[in-house]
Amino acid sequence: MNPVIQVEGIVTRFADRTIHDGVNLHINENEIYGILGESGSGKSVLMKEMIMLLEPNEGKVSVLGTSLNGISFKDAQSLRTEWGVLFQFGALFSSLTIAENIEVQLKEYTNISKMMRNKLVSSKLALVGLEPHVGALYPSELSGGMVKRAALARALAIEPKLLFLDEPTSGLDPIGARNFDALIVELRDLLGITVVMITHDLDSIFSIVDRMAVLADKHVVAEGSIESVLQSKHPFVEEFFKNEYTKERFKDKVKDV
Amino acid sequence: MKKQFLTYEVNQDYLKLISQGEWTLASIRQIEKKLRQVPCDKKIIWDVSSVEDFDSAGVLLFIEYYERFKQEVSLEVVGYTAKQKEMHTLLSENSEEVISPRKMSEFEKIGKNTFEILYDIKEFITFLGHMSSALLHTWRNPKRIRLKETVYHIHQSGFNALIIIGLTSFLVGMVISYQGSVQLAKFGADMFIVDTVAISITRELGPMITAIVIAGRSGSAYTAEIGAMKITEEIAAMRTMGFDPYTFLVLPRVIALMIALPLLIFFSDIVGIFGGMVASKMQLGISMTQFMDRLYEVLEVKHYILGMIKGPVFAFIIASIGCFRGFQVSDNTESIGLHTTSSVVNAIFLVIAFDALFSVLYTELGL
Repeated sequence: MNPVIQVEGIVTRFADRTIHDGVNLHINENEIYGILGESGSGKSVLMKEMIMLLEPNEGKVSVLGTSLNGISFKDAQSLRTEWGVLFQFGALFSSLTIAENIEVQLKEYTNISKMMRNKLVSSKLALVGLEPHVGALYPSELSGGMVKRAALARALAIEPKLLFLDEPTSGLDPIGARNFDALIVELRDLLGITVVMITHDLDSIFSIVDRMAVLADKHVVAEGSIESVLQSKHPFVEEFFKNEYTKERFKDKVKDV
Repeated sequence: MKKQFLTYEVNQDYLKLISQGEWTLASIRQIEKKLRQVPCDKKIIWDVSSVEDFDSAGVLLFIEYYERFKQEVSLEVVGYTAKQKEMHTLLSENSEEVISPRKMSEFEKIGKNTFEILYDIKEFITFLGHMSSALLHTWRNPKRIRLKETVYHIHQSGFNALIIIGLTSFLVGMVISYQGSVQLAKFGADMFIVDTVAISITRELGPMITAIVIAGRSGSAYTAEIGAMKITEEIAAMRTMGFDPYTFLVLPRVIALMIALPLLIFFSDIVGIFGGMVASKMQLGISMTQFMDRLYEVLEVKHYILGMIKGPVFAFIIASIGCFRGFQVSDNTESIGLHTTSSVVNAIFLVIAFDALFSVLYTELGL
């Protein structure tokens, strides 16, 4: 099976600060892949390098079989229509209504009729669990949780094969966060998409993430399923997974360490 | 009675310090004043048992003077409660001082600013490059022109500016006419007021006033809009969705202003000359018909055209600087204000500089 995303030897420097010093990872098809690490370990930067918002100083990134190094404008444009991105704070276009936000890419890249677009918009709204009337509202009129759902609906609008989520459950109440997790799993099973998510949420990590990479000290210090990550003796892994709280909360999973 | 936070009793062989009342942020300045006056010549016994309330500021002050006294004389603290002790340990654990940013010398500042200006220029050239490449792409594929956005911006920056442009131009026309008529009347050359007003407005003042008003009005709006979109990550979102911000945000604004500004200048010329006409009627009694007749004689089309040519150039300067400064906004709200200010200042300065350049050019070409 070919990996959907392959990252090899990434080096990232900002001025004289090195963020990544040789980061390697691969993400397989149809899995929910978590990127975790302490704040400032360059999780968001790594994701930005995958979605062509930043360019690494060294190293190779390939997404959906296309190498991002020296990618042509045309290839980049077609790649951008194959993924959806959910930003941490939604990043909905504030001058457009929710419905317009969701249909903006459909309008631009397809020539489907207005009626069909409306149908797609309401189906996406239903999929993420928003009422149809929300479509007529502006982003500023929504609560934080609704903004995230609407942004997810926008990310799903052009039926992507790959979904990037930047801390999808941060800032949500515990119930909302669990529902969001369930939604992500449902989408993966239903639409067969690959999900890459940055997360700190222990519940998400233990319940929905298939494989993960732990970023610390400018490297990936552990990669794989939760069981194999727990084998790592790196101080960050020790501190993050093997503290009293985590041990108590997820007894059945962390028992063997 | 005035609140006492610190009293002391001087005894034969020791000094008894008594802390009392509230050792909190609100009172530490007074307490510190008192502490400074404490003589350090014999053994000190510090009684803290009657302190009613304290916070971390109070404890830090205590620690500071505790250390100081200890260096000078022998010190004994009595009446330490458990809570105070806990706070003391907590605060003395990380008593390392925060390193404050190094202050730069004036000479260093000049150097830093110079480099920043050079960096800005380099960035601006990159920005122009991106913009030209977006323009070329749309040129080859005209379907990609954002017509709706362009029309929207023509309405916003052009049509909605008509009233303010009209008012300013009218007033400037009147002022020129008033000032000029006083001088011309001395020579009995009343009629020449028409030449003065018509030529100065069409060649210089119309384009310049319009450009300055628009720089303040639309240039700043462009910077703030794009800057806010940058902070909310809307621009990053556009990029990941394959919407090039240069095509979607910059070009519509630049093109819209390049269309709107010449039209505004045309309007400004008319209203400015009308202002002059009104003032010369009041000041010199030149009737509107006389004014119009003279206007036909002296105002050649070339003056009007020479003024209009400046329009697209000024528009390009204002819109591209406005957008460029917007993209420079970084992730804090203060940065929007700073960049909006520099956007307007840069645009107005460049408009005036280019106007001077046009003047030289026209004179050299004998126009």
